[in-house]
Amino acid sequence: MSGSLLIRGGRVVDPTQELDGPADVLIEGGRVTACGPGLPAAESAREVDAAGLVVVPGLIDMHVHLREPGQEYKETIDTGTRAAAAGGFTAVACMPNTDPVNDDPSLTEFMLKQAERAGWARVYPIAAVSRRLEGRELTEFGAQRRSGAVAVSDDGRPVWSAALMRQALRYARHFDLPVIQHAEELALSGDGVMHEGRFSTRLGVEGIPGAADDVMVSRDLLLVADTGGRYHLAHMSTARSLDLIRAARADGQRVTCEVSAHHLLLTDEDVFDSGLDPNFKMHPPLRSAADRDALVLGLADGSIDAIASDHAPHHPDEKELDFVASPNGIVGLETTLSLCLDRLVAKGVIDLARLVDLLSTAPARILGVAGGSLAPGSPGDVTLIDLERQVEVDPAAFRSRSRNTPFAGWKLRGAPAGTVVGGRRIESAGVPRTGAGEIPALLV
Amino acid sequence: MSEAVWQRGDLLGVAELSQAEILHVLDTAESFVEVAARPIKKVPTLRGKTVINLFFEASTRTSSSFEIAEKRLSADNINFSTSSSSLSKGETLLDTARNLEAMAPDLVVIRHAHPRVPHALAERLASGVINAGDGAHEHPTQALLDAFTIRRRKGRVEGLKIAIVGDVAHSRVVRSNVLCLTRLGADVTVAGPRTMMPEEPESLGARVVYSLEEAIEGADVVMMLRVQLERQARAAFPSEREYFEFFGLTAERLRQANDDAIIMHPGPINRGIEIASEVADGPWSVILEQVANGVAVRMAVLYLLAGAKSGEDGPTP
Repeated sequence: MSGSLLIRGGRVVDPTQELDGPADVLIEGGRVTACGPGLPAAESAREVDAAGLVVVPGLIDMHVHLREPGQEYKETIDTGTRAAAAGGFTAVACMPNTDPVNDDPSLTEFMLKQAERAGWARVYPIAAVSRRLEGRELTEFGAQRRSGAVAVSDDGRPVWSAALMRQALRYARHFDLPVIQHAEELALSGDGVMHEGRFSTRLGVEGIPGAADDVMVSRDLLLVADTGGRYHLAHMSTARSLDLIRAARADGQRVTCEVSAHHLLLTDEDVFDSGLDPNFKMHPPLRSAADRDALVLGLADGSIDAIASDHAPHHPDEKELDFVASPNGIVGLETTLSLCLDRLVAKGVIDLARLVDLLSTAPARILGVAGGSLAPGSPGDVTLIDLERQVEVDPAAFRSRSRNTPFAGWKLRGAPAGTVVGGRRIESAGVPRTGAGEIPALLV
Repeated sequence: MSEAVWQRGDLLGVAELSQAEILHVLDTAESFVEVAARPIKKVPTLRGKTVINLFFEASTRTSSSFEIAEKRLSADNINFSTSSSSLSKGETLLDTARNLEAMAPDLVVIRHAHPRVPHALAERLASGVINAGDGAHEHPTQALLDAFTIRRRKGRVEGLKIAIVGDVAHSRVVRSNVLCLTRLGADVTVAGPRTMMPEEPESLGARVVYSLEEAIEGADVVMMLRVQLERQARAAFPSEREYFEFFGLTAERLRQANDDAIIMHPGPINRGIEIASEVADGPWSVILEQVANGVAVRMAVLYLLAGAKSGEDGPTP
């Protein structure tokens, strides 16, 4: 295990301690042991000069696709977590739609092993709800939990059968796992490739109505009320879904939701203006301006729990197909933080403490993992942020193996300035990684 | 003249065209009409030019029309279709473009089931590109030949009341026509069953109604769209007889239009579904004129684009 680290002279923002001000953070034995202003120099502690930087609990991206095993030409656990580190994330939760699907504890163990070898960030595998994502039989939630899975999901496709969803919600209660749903009524989304609205109409493109999401969310929430299960709505995209979540929460249901940066910042008009650039194609699709505005409000008023990238790497050749033929998804690990800092915090939509909650504290709470706080006893995971640094999104410079982003060329103020995982400084700039086994497995 | 008005190397959609450009194509087409009446239906205008017709989606009517137009202009033409081509689904656009480029064509005519594929290829190709239909997005030469047909019959387009009726959601013909006809000053109404209307149909730029009677009331031109029987249209209307009963154009219904109204259809027609035979074959029908005019309009487009790409005004017809 790494030695002690003292992060000195920064502005610490930690909503769990209601802290926003000058403070130092001492990490010993992989955990935070002290957090406060003017900490004395600790013996044998390496110091990180954080003057001019913001110091926050390590950011956790609770929704990414790392593509390994099976689609290593798009991304690997190594390149994906390196992208995470470069983007300011100390941990990611990876979806099970790999090849083979993560429907067996051996896959979870393999992913954790690969993550440890890579050493860039923690990886929390999410197990499949159903075998081979076929939507018929449940996977072994208990064995998966024991191997290190933090949630269950069939993301990429919905748990379509109401009967299976009901059983998943009931069974997951034994292990306190959240069921993460990709809410899509397939009969309504059909062959659609973008939001159904005035812009799909003008382009003659098959649309995906907002109702495709809302119908599924509505059904799921009735099942949550019925089962008392814990439900997390992935990549929420519509105003109505948000209203449904609000109502369920007011009713006392255990429901949470996440949004992606792109659904907060882009709309179907951007798809139109791009001339159907495949880098604007994802599921759920970029919605209407009214939906986008509702999500931004939900972010500000606390209705939305988390921001997640839905990092979905695809090889450049796949995005060189035409819009209809190209696969869904965009990368987000290396853009999410700067987008949020520039377009949400700097614009006054939310403050920095709320952003930390959305990107760290809430994801840790929802996934039931340690982190999201710099209070003593927390894992020594820290993200350093430079609010002043100007960056221009340059896909060619991504550490990710893929380049599919609609944000190329965006000039943003505010950027990650490094991460610390378990007290170890991660050199995200790309210098050789240190050996295996440095990140302690933290499944407390 | 074409130097002043026509600078384009591609014809991708009506959306990009100004009124002056549309009128220039129509005026140019007038001079090609009489070629069809000659005993030797051929002019040397595009001699030595190579045109590739790249049809990723089945088409008989449009591809034949282009082919005849190209032959009458003396171009060398090659036809690729999905059945005979290795340029098929799954190939990247860049590879498709490079393969075409290697054959050094002057013009490429593209039909594809997906929207904006011709646009994407045009960005990657040095040769000129003509969109012969991209999904339900645009079909510019169809709209131009329709405007040409209306103008020949009515002497003008401006101020005419034009109704377009049918599966508006899935029709590229309606999108290009609404753009073209409104740009020429027509008063356009689209109509169809609600199950065949896209979201926010007003965004197409036309008045929207949901009954055939309302659409054709006082119309100068009635354009019926083909009902797609082959696609998964079954959820959009319960039966052919019910469609005909509520949205089929009969002589009886046509009385609500102006006395001198003309009837149009992009073809191929479904007799007894969207249009009664008595109307399709009646004195109001200009459906076959559309087909004939299609050749002249496509000759005009090929001529203008070949001229623009070669940097000359092009040889006179």
